[in-house]
Amino acid sequence: MTDVTDEPIYKTDALIAEDIDRYLDVHQHKSMLRFITCGSVDDGKSTLIGRLLYDSKMIFEDQLAALEADSKRVGTQGQEIDFALLVDGLAAEREQGITIDVAYRFFTTEKRKFIVADTPGHEQYTRNMVTGASTADLAVILVDARKGILTQTRRHSYLCHLLGIRNIVLAVNKMDLVGYDQAVFNRIVMTYRAFASEIGITHFLAIPISGFKGDNITGPSDNTPWYKGPSLIEHLETVEVDQAADRARPFRMPVQWVNRPNLDFRGFSGLIATGTVKPGDAIRVLPSGKTSTISRIVTLDGDLDEAVAGQSVTLCFADEIDCSRGDVIAIADSPPQAADQFEATIVWMADEEMLPGRSYWLKIGTQTVSASVQAPKYQVNVNTMEHLAAKTLDLNAIGVANLSTDKPVVFEPYADNRALGGFILIDKISNATVAAGMLHFSLRRAQNVHWQPTDIGREHHAALKNQQPAVLWFTGLSGAGKSTIANLVEKKLARMNRHTFLLDGDNVRHGLNRDLGFTDADRVENIRRVGEVAKLMTDAGLIVITAFISPFRSERDMVRQMMRPGEFVEIFIDTPLAEAEARDVKGLYKKARAGELKNFTGIDSPYEAPENPEIRIDTTGMSAEEAAEAIVARLIP
Amino acid sequence: MADAKTLTHLERLEAESIHIMREVVAEAERPVMLYSVGKDSAVMLHLARKAFYPSPPPFPLLHVDTTWKFRAMYELRDRMAKESGMELLVYHNPEAQERGINPFDHGALHTDMWKTEGLKQALDLYGFDAAFGGARRDEEKSRAKERIFSFRTASHSWDPKNQRPELWNLYNAKKNKGESIRVFPISNWTELDIWQYIQLNDVPIVPLYFAEERPTVERDGMLLMVDDERFPLKPGEEPVMRSIRFRTLGCYPLTGAVESKASTLSEVIQETLLTTTSERQGRAIDKDAGGAGMEKKKQEGYF
Repeated sequence: MTDVTDEPIYKTDALIAEDIDRYLDVHQHKSMLRFITCGSVDDGKSTLIGRLLYDSKMIFEDQLAALEADSKRVGTQGQEIDFALLVDGLAAEREQGITIDVAYRFFTTEKRKFIVADTPGHEQYTRNMVTGASTADLAVILVDARKGILTQTRRHSYLCHLLGIRNIVLAVNKMDLVGYDQAVFNRIVMTYRAFASEIGITHFLAIPISGFKGDNITGPSDNTPWYKGPSLIEHLETVEVDQAADRARPFRMPVQWVNRPNLDFRGFSGLIATGTVKPGDAIRVLPSGKTSTISRIVTLDGDLDEAVAGQSVTLCFADEIDCSRGDVIAIADSPPQAADQFEATIVWMADEEMLPGRSYWLKIGTQTVSASVQAPKYQVNVNTMEHLAAKTLDLNAIGVANLSTDKPVVFEPYADNRALGGFILIDKISNATVAAGMLHFSLRRAQNVHWQPTDIGREHHAALKNQQPAVLWFTGLSGAGKSTIANLVEKKLARMNRHTFLLDGDNVRHGLNRDLGFTDADRVENIRRVGEVAKLMTDAGLIVITAFISPFRSERDMVRQMMRPGEFVEIFIDTPLAEAEARDVKGLYKKARAGELKNFTGIDSPYEAPENPEIRIDTTGMSAEEAAEAIVARLIP
Repeated sequence: MADAKTLTHLERLEAESIHIMREVVAEAERPVMLYSVGKDSAVMLHLARKAFYPSPPPFPLLHVDTTWKFRAMYELRDRMAKESGMELLVYHNPEAQERGINPFDHGALHTDMWKTEGLKQALDLYGFDAAFGGARRDEEKSRAKERIFSFRTASHSWDPKNQRPELWNLYNAKKNKGESIRVFPISNWTELDIWQYIQLNDVPIVPLYFAEERPTVERDGMLLMVDDERFPLKPGEEPVMRSIRFRTLGCYPLTGAVESKASTLSEVIQETLLTTTSERQGRAIDKDAGGAGMEKKKQEGYF
């Protein structure tokens, strides 16, 4: 039973009444924390938020009276106060008894101001949760103590991690309904820890609470003497926000608007994304690369000596250089890159599915460009984190894909910089925001990273070896015969005095790629690194032979794009699945069929055969020796 | 108020609001700021002056007037337009004017014609495609879910079920033909934030927010101020001088005052914090149509 006549614990009335000026002085120096609450109606999320508002005295008497009346009329708690009604805003939602959209709530304690993004927990509202998480410093993940870690708990945790939230609170709610049993709590925490480390959440704080009864919300609860950690509010009040980290990074400010009231003044207005800036700092404007120095930081309240991440300012330069909306002002000696091809994680938010190849508007920072997205490399099952093959992404789907823009975009990886790594896609016909994305890395070298010229160039290396560098890229199913044939090809080339190097899948994983596993994401990274190594070796003049399954066209195309035209020779070892499975040299197909190996190419993970390989070898019609012979003959006529 | 270590919540809110305004100016063709002369409008105007300094804010102020505002509001409005160097547009719905629509005789029709219809007409007349408004999410439940960039159809209606997702600080300002945007730069501010910002930045506000002896009558449980001779006194009604102030300002015959002695900002804030009723309670408008009153009004085009 919730007793609404209880005095709220966060009662600052005394100070307000006695010394308002001191109270205001304290209040004006408060910092701000934005957080998101994740959980479904059943987990008691709305009840918890209602409780936070109530305990911090953000509910007025007239609202409370309306709440009491509503609780009796449509509430789900019988005659008791239904806090959920306080926060479920729209009429339709109230009738259905679920929270549909993102709602923002505000409350203040003695130490901080809080903005809560209240989002629905069901899978069909993934986009809403992603929206709420995008601005959050911290996530409160609610778990019903009676039910423990559920599929949705995993989904919420994954999404928060994906959006870059570093502070995670696991709030084990409804402890009152399990008799405040420590064993129940510990079991849930243990299960969660195992899962969290799997997806890369390195630390989190678990708190046993009851939103309904108020245990461990604002202070320690007598019902959980075994819990020694902070209450939820205590933790929210003291946890470090991301601002400090942003400030420690190199200076970047996307230019929003050029301020030009008259011929004597030209300033560049924007919100500082990272770092700090002072008059006299040497800066570089991206993507042009032009440099100047900061002469003034102008505000209505007077010029500033320094401005920091999170502030909106207007900067003036010592020199007249071109700079306009969409450009990024950065510290001169450590500028961000610009590129026009990227790999990114994409969250699809529209009812109409993604159309690979279609041109969308991409907005990142203050830059808006045309962009097209390639077919996804994979889609992530948000409940199991498994990577699935996908041709497109539909509403609420999350996948990884390459995208290209019509002109260079100044960016940083999302993991380093939310402001220069997070983007939205806008449909050019409907103007709807159809997707959100997070950039991983660029696929082509950036325009503004200059290569250190070397006197002995790649041509020189190749000439010394008296050969044309090349990458012989073998692709095909496991057991198709790639390694066997590649090995024979290298032996033949060596006999012809060719300088070669064979990069074999298994061998590379003993060293360079030993940190990678066999998920699709790791496979992509595996191929990317091999591509980069192969590229360096062609610069050294070598003929590189690679033997990897490399099942996805997009990855092979990515490597092809890295090389000079004509250097990449795709060799498709075309062995039908039945044949490869019948051979099963390593016994892997048997394991995969038995379900012991996940994501096995050809069984539960697709193989995308090359459409136009330079060379195709049909192993059902020739021996390995004959195949090697044919390949060498094609290369060196 | 700068702190060497962490930005304060007001500094973060200010930076966010300024960022929003600059995005609108950069992306909209013809922006306007709706100026209602209340304390939220005052803060919004001050933020606009900061956002574009040393330029004046590059858009006009629009006051959709009902002719029934407090006299002190008209005075401040004209003064602020002058000080900010901005163009002031005042719009009166000609039909409401002709029919003599007033809050005493016409009830809900008054708000509907002067404000809701008047706003639509003014936006259409000038062809504004983006209008800043001073609404806050903590004011009312349906506001809590409204986006910062909130789209309206050609007929100015709001579809709460079909709002664009807003991630990070990326706003999609691309409009379809006929659509316009209502932009709420102070969405994330609370009433206390507003007051405190006014105090720290010396933002000029209407004196009616401070307690003073004023002529009043009590009607339907509300304390109304007799601001001019148009106030029709009912038989037996006699204006009584009371020390009152207003927590929110609108048309004087529709705005309830509270009895108060708070004559300084600190005292007003103190009273606000210790009060037990929410600020919109003084307004008759929210009580129409039960709990979903504001949401319904917004769908019909009310700001």
